[in-house]
Amino acid sequence: MIAKRIIPCLDVRDGRVVKGVNFEGITDVSSPVELGRFYSDVGADELVFYDITASAQGRAIFTDILKEVAKTIFIPLTVGGGINTLDDFERVLSCGADKVSVNSGAIRNPSLVEAAAKRYGDQCVVISVDVKRVDGVFRVFAKGGRENTGLEAVEWIKRCVDSGAGEVVLNSIDTDGVKKGFDLEMLDAVCNAVDVPVIASGGAGCIDDFVALFKTLPKVDAGLAASVFHFGEVSIKELKKTLHDNGIEVRL
Amino acid sequence: MTVIIDYGVGNLFSLKSSFAHIGEEAVVSNDIKTIKKADRLVLPGVGAFGDAAALLRMHGMDEVLREEAKSGKAILGICLGMQMLFTKSYEYGEHNGLDLIKGSVVPMQPLLPKELKVPHIGWNELNIRKENALFKYINEKDRVYFVHSFFATDCDEAVISSTEYGITLTAAVAKDNVMGTQFHPEKSGNVGLNILRGFCEIN
Repeated sequence: MIAKRIIPCLDVRDGRVVKGVNFEGITDVSSPVELGRFYSDVGADELVFYDITASAQGRAIFTDILKEVAKTIFIPLTVGGGINTLDDFERVLSCGADKVSVNSGAIRNPSLVEAAAKRYGDQCVVISVDVKRVDGVFRVFAKGGRENTGLEAVEWIKRCVDSGAGEVVLNSIDTDGVKKGFDLEMLDAVCNAVDVPVIASGGAGCIDDFVALFKTLPKVDAGLAASVFHFGEVSIKELKKTLHDNGIEVRL
Repeated sequence: MTVIIDYGVGNLFSLKSSFAHIGEEAVVSNDIKTIKKADRLVLPGVGAFGDAAALLRMHGMDEVLREEAKSGKAILGICLGMQMLFTKSYEYGEHNGLDLIKGSVVPMQPLLPKELKVPHIGWNELNIRKENALFKYINEKDRVYFVHSFFATDCDEAVISSTEYGITLTAAVAKDNVMGTQFHPEKSGNVGLNILRGFCEIN
């Protein structure tokens, strides 16, 4: 059967990884190429590169870096950040990305998901959603979690999947950064509403949080995290071994 | 030299890079002279079968591939490229393939247990059914990366590897010098690179 995926996410600004990682054997702690290779070597199943550059110049550097990564790392690469048009899809796909993650771009222009899925296939389009509880309702937030769009999250995600999004990254703002585990309640609601892979994001603090995620919600396909991997709090090798020991299928 | 057949489908950046990574010169081309000179051919493919098959014909690559297959040159189809090696596909209608391997391509959805999602996407295990040069450097149960909603069937004799996803899915096929993988070796880490390495050693 298919393995649960473990996905590190790297924030890139002006061609450098923000909050660079400090692992043994890595000389340049903020090189996306070196870090990508490191994660690929220790067993990451996929990499997400998130472009947090604001300038056009930084964006061009990002695509150059992406090419470098794709030349040396042969696992699926997802790119997000600043994806607003089909041209943005084309720009990163031609540099070696396999999937493109859209967030605010889809909120601003909901037809983007459908147009991209038609041109590049459903498997290529990932809808990434930042969700926070407001008065007990799951609300979609935009602009990096700063702005309440008023959209109800499960409905919004369903709408995107119906338009052709092939995968969902659900980032819970409520659990993000707290490091007390994934937002199982929110994930359960989304998993029950859509039949495409759901990737959990936000809240992982230790290996047990991933075990709890896949044990409690077998429908979740992957766990995504950034800082716990970057700061070495969770080693991907150990994580996968522990998941395997707990009867969860992983790629070892 | 390996030629990756260019017929206007998909993004060949990773595929080309993966050959470079294992030290094999790979050229993306649809030039008949270049193809005839090649030691081996790769037929890539993503997207819908009908569109891709039409593009292949439009570029005249269908005839070239049939001739090269007959001449004994090693050919590797990848993902939709593998599916196009078959006789027919029933992806949204009925389409003719290259018929280099007998069999047909059908949707997996109606055959899967309800709880399983389509597409079949992610890392799954290879069950090796027949020895093949492609598997020279890999092991039984190694995992490779799949992304597909349709699969090859009625091709038992050609199946060299399968994978389990509620049902048994064809993972790789071979008939003499014509081979195909449903998964993406260029996205399957070291296991995938080792499969390409095996392919490049076929003479």
